[in-house]
Amino acid sequence: MTDTTDNPYEGLYGGDASHWAFGTGFEDPLATLGDTRVPEGVDPRDLAAYAVMLADDALVLSHRLSEWCSNAPDLEEDVALANVALDLLGQARLLYARAATIDPESVPGVPDGSPVPAEDAYAFFRDAGEFRNVGLVERCDEDFADAVVRLLLVASWRLAVMERLRAGSDPVLAAVAAKAVKELAYHRDYAGRWVVTLARGTEESRRRVQAARERVWRWRAELGATHPVEERVAQAGAGVDPAAVDDEVDAVLRQVWDAGDLDVPPREAVPAPRGRDGHHTDALTDLLEEMQSVARAHPLGRW
Amino acid sequence: MTATAQETELLADFEQTLARHDRIEPRDWMPERYRKTLVRQIAQHAHSEIIGMQPEGAWITRAPSLRRKAILLAKVQDEAGHGLYLYSACETLGVSRQQLTELLLAGKQKYSSIFNYPTPSYADVGTIGWLVDGAAICNQVPLCRTSYGPYGRAMIRICKEESFHQRQGYELLMTMMGGTDEQRAMVQESVDRFWWPSLMMFGPPDAQSPNTAQSMAWGIKRDTNDELRQKFVDMTVPQADALGVTLPDPALAWNEERGHYDFGEPDWDELTAVISGDGPCNAQRMAHRRRAHDDGAWVREAATAYAAGGGDR
Repeated sequence: MTDTTDNPYEGLYGGDASHWAFGTGFEDPLATLGDTRVPEGVDPRDLAAYAVMLADDALVLSHRLSEWCSNAPDLEEDVALANVALDLLGQARLLYARAATIDPESVPGVPDGSPVPAEDAYAFFRDAGEFRNVGLVERCDEDFADAVVRLLLVASWRLAVMERLRAGSDPVLAAVAAKAVKELAYHRDYAGRWVVTLARGTEESRRRVQAARERVWRWRAELGATHPVEERVAQAGAGVDPAAVDDEVDAVLRQVWDAGDLDVPPREAVPAPRGRDGHHTDALTDLLEEMQSVARAHPLGRW
Repeated sequence: MTATAQETELLADFEQTLARHDRIEPRDWMPERYRKTLVRQIAQHAHSEIIGMQPEGAWITRAPSLRRKAILLAKVQDEAGHGLYLYSACETLGVSRQQLTELLLAGKQKYSSIFNYPTPSYADVGTIGWLVDGAAICNQVPLCRTSYGPYGRAMIRICKEESFHQRQGYELLMTMMGGTDEQRAMVQESVDRFWWPSLMMFGPPDAQSPNTAQSMAWGIKRDTNDELRQKFVDMTVPQADALGVTLPDPALAWNEERGHYDFGEPDWDELTAVISGDGPCNAQRMAHRRRAHDDGAWVREAATAYAAGGGDR
């Protein structure tokens, strides 16, 4: 070893961010995305609202996954779940930043003099009724089986959406989607492997994964329900109609159920009211109360 | 050749390797006490990484900005990764991660005393980065040159990552100091709480550290506790000045003659109490780890059964 490693404070002055194991993409989320013009033929308010929907799904699920940190069944799962949570958090940040550039009016108001950036205004200064995530992402995990079954559903659905959004007319959303596809393919694979492992592992694990699927499955239908905003943005060529990916998602899930020797659950009616309209369970209210507690206690704070 | 003669020859080889500052590798012969000392030290370090996920991890769900949430989550994830490298290094000495985890949960192996202190404020996330990771780096940088190969190589990577964590922590405190009066007060209050426990991270004074001499002779340890503590103080005081916080030690003063800072004596009774289980959060940290371990047992069993051939159902 050379003596350069003897100065632990070197890191305080040096600019070599490659030293961090899992990347450092924490600064200006839109910095790498060039063209930020809003495409023609799409209502900016709709497009911003659409970006917020996709962002809210990612932020809320990221938060639920981050709750596993230091609580996972093994160290490898601690690392993997944190990785997925970080990916989704990154997607949420890009999408909030995009919503703010499309429609500055959509950025929630913050207290006078607050230095809070737009992404944090969306995350920390909206109440549950203003969140537009699907219900599936907000529920609490009862156990690890819940976590992987839910992740399988969300990742399969989101991957199908993002694959199409890559070809959408908004250059920023298309770029976000291109990045997200690589991440979500891993998330889906990770979750699918665990569902099969649990289904074919022990009697106990099979019982648990079946129970988890029963609990989670009632939120499946909402993923395929098209909100008017999604419909208009999809028609304008800037977004994806979730109904259009529904069959593909079912086909992917069926492969996993088959590999795990699990029966194919029947489709359920779309629940109402729905998260895309701001209707949520208490689980989201509680989640936000915790998530927003420090930011709201110091509305003029700098972090 | 008799067993004893053979052992004498092996010991001579081992000592020559150390004298050349070469590494001892897993397949090399090593004295049993050397192996045991390494297992104890590496395991303690690995456990510290894992238990150390808790005090900061508790703030992930409350991080006050999305950028801070990402930084904190990535940092705690790195700690899990460090635990993995270190348990792997320990496995090269013939002890499995499962055995080590059981020893931790049974209270037979320790982790760093610092993680038995509470983290009641978000400023603690920054202070842990600056002071706790800073002290850890001072302890760990010399270990990059430790005599046991797998440990030294794990430490090189860990030190690089730790120095990044430290920079992030310091940057959080710096940002908060540029915020509101309330935030500045949070930073000062947090530094006041963590200063003395950080000094204790280097262990008892040299005169009361029975293992130091042997560990240095074996090239496991490269500096004494007091030398490292002094180094940490000397590095940290200018950092505190730049940050605009005071360190809670009236005896802290530059000593021109020594070329070092003089500083007060930590409360060693407190260190003894925390190490022997009576710190503010010992019970909570262990209960958390035990619960996570127990809750995950069925998942690990399922993975084992599945890997063994499609499961046992």
